[in-house]
Amino acid sequence: MIPLSDAASAPTLALCALLLVLIPLAPAGLGLLNTGLSRSRSAAHSLVGAFCLLSVAGISYFVVGFCWEGYPGASVHALHLGGTAWNWIATRPPFFHGLSWTGAAESDAAVFQLFCVGMAALIPWGSGAERWRLRAACLTTAFLAGFVYPIFAHWVWGGGWLRQLGSTFHLGSGFIDPGGAATIQALGGITALAVVWILGPRRGKFPSNSPPAALPAHQIILTLTGLLLTFVGWLALNALAAMLFAGVPLARLPLIELNTALSASGALLAALVVTRIHFGKPDASLCANAWTAGLVSSSAVAAALSPGGALFTGIVAGAFLPVAIEFVESRCRLDDPSGGITVHGLAALWGLLAAGVLSSGAPGQLVAQLVGIGTLLGLMLPAIYVLYSILNRIVPFRAHPDGELAGMDLHELGAGAYPDFVLHSDEALPR
Amino acid sequence: MKVAGLGLLLSGWIILMAALPLLPTSGERNCFVAAGLALELVGLILLGRANRSLSGASE
Repeated sequence: MIPLSDAASAPTLALCALLLVLIPLAPAGLGLLNTGLSRSRSAAHSLVGAFCLLSVAGISYFVVGFCWEGYPGASVHALHLGGTAWNWIATRPPFFHGLSWTGAAESDAAVFQLFCVGMAALIPWGSGAERWRLRAACLTTAFLAGFVYPIFAHWVWGGGWLRQLGSTFHLGSGFIDPGGAATIQALGGITALAVVWILGPRRGKFPSNSPPAALPAHQIILTLTGLLLTFVGWLALNALAAMLFAGVPLARLPLIELNTALSASGALLAALVVTRIHFGKPDASLCANAWTAGLVSSSAVAAALSPGGALFTGIVAGAFLPVAIEFVESRCRLDDPSGGITVHGLAALWGLLAAGVLSSGAPGQLVAQLVGIGTLLGLMLPAIYVLYSILNRIVPFRAHPDGELAGMDLHELGAGAYPDFVLHSDEALPR
Repeated sequence: MKVAGLGLLLSGWIILMAALPLLPTSGERNCFVAAGLALELVGLILLGRANRSLSGASE
């Protein structure tokens, strides 16, 4: 935690402000990445939707989200079970009421998470691309940002029971997530899984009696540009989150930046080699996804491991990503255009596990990490799935088949992203 | 199958959580945490299969 006296110092305040300005580049990059990976008929819908979801998430978090999340040291509700106090939810007033805008760490954390929650909302948006109605996505995002995200983030970042596993059960330093691998990435990834399950695949993705069809990305340049923005945003995200929630001193920020860059680089190069061996030539979209997977896993390890450990984490994430994407698509028959389930969900879980295995912390750290991973899969996934299934009954998620065929741009926005060009044929490419 | 998958996911988490306050030694605790995670994995597979068959039916 940043001590208030430290937070009040001019260099720290200036650095926090600079990092806060840079962080929106991460969701901006994700928006571009999602758009590039979808087909041209739904490009404008994807990007406009990203802005809508960022807006809904920000407002929802501002109104009620921060009430449940709070910040370490604030008033909380604790559940007393088995002789242990389980700190499970914060009790703050709504509308950021009571925050002092004088450089307190709590205020920085509140604004910081306004962007984080938007980023978490963009992950399922990319996975449900080309078939998820915008109004349904906005509704679910309001619940995600107002309730689901803040409650889980309180457990990890708000001084909740997961963070306290070290003091209550002597499990290392408690569940460690210095950069949001669990709160943002894994939570977004499992939300993406729930959305993909509920929505089903795009039309023509899984033809009967033949392998899954390839529905190629329409603008790989947009995707790669998004990656550059994401990288800058991620450097700021990992640094500020580590300062705010893991109490990392300013002097260690260069190490966090180095680890972030090494993890992403290792992942990209590993995927490049794997796809070169597998397909004969490197695959651009898989390499792009691997870079993101490296960034995602760096969120768990950048402040916890040595540069060698971060590089190793990235290499493993990148090497396994093409295999994982193939498995999710072919064996699980999940249609995930942006790869949110694997790139954000699986890579984040791997990073969290690596932080437990490779860190030189106190004994029990691995168990603490496993408890956090188990909570994401065993509690948050069913909760999100049930919640979203109920919301699907109220506002159906799936677009009308005619609209899906015409493209979400024409169907929901009334105009295409590229009106001067006829860019797509009706059906997918056979493999 | 979907309800069973959700139930197994939740049961795995409950086992994992119950191990923390109830089991004093780290060996027993680690075994229960691993068992809870394994049960969650089975639940995840079941839930995935349930949704796969549903999406296949709607194709």
